[in-house]
Amino acid sequence: MSQLPLRAQLASALGRTAATLSRATGRGDGSVIGGRVGLLLEPDLLRKLAADRRLALVSATNGKTTTTRLITAALRELGDVASNAFGANMPAGHVSALSTNKAAPYAVLEVDEKYLPEVLDTTEAGVVVLMNLSRDQMDRAAEIWLLAQKWRRALDGKPAHVIANCDDPLVTWGASTAARVTWVAGGQRWREDSWCCPECGGPLDRKAADWACRECTFHRPEPNWVLDDEDVIDPRGDRWRLNLKLPGLANRSNAAIALATAEAFGLAPHLALPRLREVTSVAGRYTTVERDGRSLRLLLAKNPAGWLEAFDVSSAERPIILSVNAQGPDGRDTSWLWDVDYRILNGRPVQVTGERRLDLALRLDVAGVPFTLRDSFGQAVASLPPGDIDVIANYTAFQAIRTEFGRAE
Amino acid sequence: MQSSLRIVWIYPDLLSTYGDQGNVLVLEQRAHKRGIPVETVHVRSSDPVPEQGDIYLIGGGEDRPQILGAERLRRDGGLQRAIARGAALLAVCAGYQIMGSVFGGEEGQPVPGIGLLDISSSRGERRSVGELAADVDPELGVPTLTGFENHMGVTHLGPGVRPLSKTIVGTGNGDGTEGCHTGKIVGTYLHGPALARNPGLADLLLRWAVGPLPAIEDGWYERLRQERLAAVLP
Ligand SMILES: [Zn+2]
Repeated sequence: MSQLPLRAQLASALGRTAATLSRATGRGDGSVIGGRVGLLLEPDLLRKLAADRRLALVSATNGKTTTTRLITAALRELGDVASNAFGANMPAGHVSALSTNKAAPYAVLEVDEKYLPEVLDTTEAGVVVLMNLSRDQMDRAAEIWLLAQKWRRALDGKPAHVIANCDDPLVTWGASTAARVTWVAGGQRWREDSWCCPECGGPLDRKAADWACRECTFHRPEPNWVLDDEDVIDPRGDRWRLNLKLPGLANRSNAAIALATAEAFGLAPHLALPRLREVTSVAGRYTTVERDGRSLRLLLAKNPAGWLEAFDVSSAERPIILSVNAQGPDGRDTSWLWDVDYRILNGRPVQVTGERRLDLALRLDVAGVPFTLRDSFGQAVASLPPGDIDVIANYTAFQAIRTEFGRAE
Repeated sequence: MQSSLRIVWIYPDLLSTYGDQGNVLVLEQRAHKRGIPVETVHVRSSDPVPEQGDIYLIGGGEDRPQILGAERLRRDGGLQRAIARGAALLAVCAGYQIMGSVFGGEEGQPVPGIGLLDISSSRGERRSVGELAADVDPELGVPTLTGFENHMGVTHLGPGVRPLSKTIVGTGNGDGTEGCHTGKIVGTYLHGPALARNPGLADLLLRWAVGPLPAIEDGWYERLRQERLAAVLP
């Protein structure tokens, strides 16, 4: 990319030094602090760093980090790609990601849903990827209908090519002011936030994947790409068996979106798909760690839709450990536990831990799911016989477990 | 009791953003534990509200669904007729505001409620988010309220209702009180699954519907309550 002005160069270099320090002192992966120092010195830094690259922004309630990783993997077929692979998804993280890889002609940035309008304005990204919107940590997240409305306003009048999941009515509404949209039928497992029309508030009639408002003309657009169980069907009608290493339906949906996005960059499925298959775990998610003869598969679930996805990946024959915290990044309110249907766990040995284990205990008791309360994650692991175990944890609980295992990748 | 207890959950498609389903599940469990059969109806906002329910529940939601919910309830009239018949009602957060004469819309504009409670609400200066604890009106015989609030509303109580509680921690109505009650109606800002943290309130609704109840083992409910109250009380 072209030379940055001197002030921007200095800001970006100082940012990198702070990031190195943060890593060296063991306080984090360095991606946010570096960006923050840079932004403070040069507010226009993100715009400058984004200029002259082909850029995709990826946003959704769930699957942002994984889909960002998948698209990044695919685009590496074309050249070097800068990306905020550690999920630091606000402008400081974007600055950090772009300044650590100034030469990359491509960039794929995961963007927090609330920051999408601002980041799109600043970066003038050519491609925007939108997957799903559902209830999430309501004490700090924006209300999702409002969020979709902000997306509409941000996309209106911009040349960006949007890749959007048309099985999610709210995402469809949020994307439909864009100049150009490629619709992907990526599926929607969690439907509790889309019974009403985002356009007029009328009831949405839903039949299989199809949906339409009973009172206005808002309806599901004809998809260009379709996820059909294990396969993706491209706009030419060619069928691609995914065979991903990443497990579960949610990741097949993420991969369908990634293939459509790759094609927006001119990369055909036969070149993109082998790259997607190389991705095995994302920031510790889906990874398996070992302890005392036990193999623990780590699944992250931050909100009700995320729990459905984790249950889908989890194996019914395995014992399961559930860990729930309510620190700032988790949302301090545990109400969402009541939106998750835990009855699917009936018949499996269930161990409950985490800082808010009593909230989860009552939730399971009311659902009629037998469980054992454990004071710590270590205790929960030790209480289970050697063998395969699934672990589902929300954000800070997941990070605590990862740290115990040396930030397992 | 001869027939089943009929629980009606109003508009889960519009007003169930915060785990409001929890209130339905807690009532069902606590009725079942006493051998009371339960029939639950989830009423979507495109359908009429049945009038023959015993306990009605309405939950929280975003600004626009709240306005839609109020319009549809007013047009439908089923809830109003059920209350006139003597049914019990728990109205939570956005649902609580809807029960009054007026509440604040997304731009702060006044939106008419359905007037089942003598209260009026408006949009406050800032959002109240966090744990709440409050001493309940002794008349109701319910122990200290505990829960989570997340709203921008300020609610003024008229002479036709009594405060549900006096806040110890948190904002509630905004004047040192939290929620209100009259007859067999309870309104509260304790959002989402308020009954999970307040089984005494769940039992109050059940008693209103079916009469005196045998005591039950409150194990997990009580442990969670004690932990939460200990976390916030001075
Ligand atoms: Zn409509």
